Amino acid sequence: MIRSKYLPVLTTLAIFVAAYVACVLQFPNMLSTRVIGNLLTDNAFLGIAAVGMTFVILSGGIDLSIGSVIAFTGIFLAVSMDTLGLHPIVAFVLALLIATVFGGVMGAIIHYLKMPAFIVTLAGMFFARGMAFLISTQSVPVSHPFYNELQSLYFRLPGGGRLTFVGMVMLAVFIGGALVAQRTRFGTNVYALGGNMQSAELMGVPVARTTIGIYALSGFLAGLSGIVFSLYTSAGYSLAAVGVELDAIAAVVIGGTLLTGGSGFVAGTFLGILIQGLIQTYIVFDGTLSSWWTKIVIGLLLFAFIALQRGILWMSERRRADWRGVGAPA
Amino acid sequence: MLQSSPVLQARGIEKSFLGVRALDRVDLTIRAGEVHALLGENGAGKSTLIKIITGAYRRDAGDILLDGEAIDPRDVKHAQALGIGTVYQEVNLLPNLSVAENLFLGRQPRRFGLVRTGEMHRRSRELLADYGLSIDVAAPLGSFSVAIRQIIAIARAVDLSGKVLVLDEPTASLDTAEVEMLFDVIRKLKSRGLGIVFITHFLDQVFRVADTVTVLRNGRLIDSRPVAGLTRRTVISLMLGRELAEEERRAGTAAEPDASADAAFRFTGYGRRGRIAPFDLSVGRGEVVGIAGLLGSGRTETAELLFGIEPADSGTAEIDGKPAALTSPRAAIAAGFGFCPEDRKVDGIVDDLSVRENIALALQARRGWAKPLSRREQVELADRYIKALDIRTASRETPIKFLSGGNQQKALLARWLATDPKLLILDEPTRGIDVGAHAEIIRLIETLRQDGMSLVVISSELEELVVYASRVAVLSDRVHVAELTGEDVTPDGILNAIAAAHGTASVEAA
Repeated sequence: MIRSKYLPVLTTLAIFVAAYVACVLQFPNMLSTRVIGNLLTDNAFLGIAAVGMTFVILSGGIDLSIGSVIAFTGIFLAVSMDTLGLHPIVAFVLALLIATVFGGVMGAIIHYLKMPAFIVTLAGMFFARGMAFLISTQSVPVSHPFYNELQSLYFRLPGGGRLTFVGMVMLAVFIGGALVAQRTRFGTNVYALGGNMQSAELMGVPVARTTIGIYALSGFLAGLSGIVFSLYTSAGYSLAAVGVELDAIAAVVIGGTLLTGGSGFVAGTFLGILIQGLIQTYIVFDGTLSSWWTKIVIGLLLFAFIALQRGILWMSERRRADWRGVGAPA
Repeated sequence: MLQSSPVLQARGIEKSFLGVRALDRVDLTIRAGEVHALLGENGAGKSTLIKIITGAYRRDAGDILLDGEAIDPRDVKHAQALGIGTVYQEVNLLPNLSVAENLFLGRQPRRFGLVRTGEMHRRSRELLADYGLSIDVAAPLGSFSVAIRQIIAIARAVDLSGKVLVLDEPTASLDTAEVEMLFDVIRKLKSRGLGIVFITHFLDQVFRVADTVTVLRNGRLIDSRPVAGLTRRTVISLMLGRELAEEERRAGTAAEPDASADAAFRFTGYGRRGRIAPFDLSVGRGEVVGIAGLLGSGRTETAELLFGIEPADSGTAEIDGKPAALTSPRAAIAAGFGFCPEDRKVDGIVDDLSVRENIALALQARRGWAKPLSRREQVELADRYIKALDIRTASRETPIKFLSGGNQQKALLARWLATDPKLLILDEPTRGIDVGAHAEIIRLIETLRQDGMSLVVISSELEELVVYASRVAVLSDRVHVAELTGEDVTPDGILNAIAAAHGTASVEAA
């Protein structure tokens, strides 16, 4: 029997495979490494941010600040290179540092002030967006030879597709994220917090350290996502990446992670990203559909997944009730 | 019995909450290789004592010695590191993690920073093999039964601590076969030299596994002795108490025996499946009927049934000869019932509201929200009862949470008295309040009775019960097993009835 904890992620995999097969049947050209390469490149920034979101949601929290942090990072990079003349690597390190500290501070507020993550990161969202505007309200283009070098870096796939640098970064982040989630004490602690905060504390999980770590990681990955976005667009703009946090949440949930925390996989989020990308690619191939269809299909998929998770929960509770029925009334 | 060395000693432990003394110089000695049952009714101080030993609470005074050395557990983790592990009734593990992860959380074997999952699974299997469990350790904990989870929790606690194991009502949600499995584990651990503290309210289990019994009552140590040679009756009498302060004894006068001549409230074959077996109960005007039994015997269930919180599914209720449908608390209140619940912190007082608002609550609820009590009426009402019941509060506008337990209890009583009830149900009205207030509550019950009110009082203080009750219904295992009247209403009579019931119903309780 398949364990119920793998059921959502396997469902996502089945949906992805079925959707891809359906796409290929209609547009045989979609079965090419070019499409796959573009899919990875186009969704790299969203995928990286979604890995951070996966950790946050696994722990039972939420991070609404991601899109703003991406925009802030983008404008920060553009201005620090363009106006201040910093080398990109220096700017990258600074941006990652700021984003990580920003996330860590939000985590500390959530833990020590016992505030709901929703409120704290909502405040963080406004704050980071505001800071982005403070730096510049204009779209600032980036032109640096190092940028051109990174942008032209790619790995040629058989069949002519290109695995670009940003695509590789995303794949590396997913692999690293999966390793951290499944094979480190920190990862287990994240699941523990999402399972039951009080039990986790009683079992000796360092709640403060873990909570701060989770939001710092999410901040770091949002910063990295901002760098990738900057490489992808060659510009920084304060109004960029509005609502990316919601796309990331959608990818996480479609990937089978329980919104209440404690159950799910980083690999599932990868599938969630691919499904979103696949729908967009399909719309491009079709040419007549409005891009809003992406949103409609994502909305329907979200509904389906929330219903699926409820169903699984309900079934496992009923199974447990059957066991308990023997001793009642006690 | 072999007297092995004490592994854990607690001496003169004291603890107060907001001025109410929860533990008063309590001693506890746990020896290596013994199962030590800790007994007492709700509010006796068992859980407070356990929480102090396991580091969840800090004590106000007293010493804790582990292997003869003074320790001061700061928190649960610290106590665990010192060697004191706890397993609660509600298993405090993580159902979404695998069995192995639960066993090794925070101490997973690692190589280069990565958890060695295979190694962790192998060690988990070895660990559980000692407990006779051969299960898939990679499966989520939530996919196993409560009994298995209980054993996994024990395995974790023993592996982490290894000197003293505290089991807080571990059998409360297990069936007979599962209890047997757990007892095998306990006996095995005992033979390995662990000191085991076992909290339960199933007396039969005490006699089956425990070596020593310590009984607490009202935050005080009553007695501590070996199980061998003890009878059920002795243990019950230790738990329910035989002595009552002189002042309290004087507070009440003996109830008049002819009070039950005309039954104003009559319940026939009244019951609810899964909660309490059908029973007959009648209460006359100006009569106090007592309800006695051990914890979990169905006392509170009876009260909730009468008040319509859990509506009856069998039997009839009659008020003054007319049938009444008590399907909800609203219906019961409309019929002139009042109910002061057992746990006033959870079910009774509204913490942040003032004394005035708390008193006005039930009357307002009965009038409906369309007809609000005016501020002036509320003030008059509150002032009248603060004076009549001598509620000691800084002012009528003080939030009720700042009052002592006894005064909160009196404010709750005032709430119901304000509705001028015909039948008042009191569940443990004197629990957790100091001696002076105790006597006042008893005096108040007596006054209400003389004024012609009918009362149903649940109490585990037998000496107190016999002072005001003219009849006592005795409960055991959710069945009304006896009703004592007249000459039989004595502490001894009640004890005998409870003990007799426990002798026959022992199979079910196990």
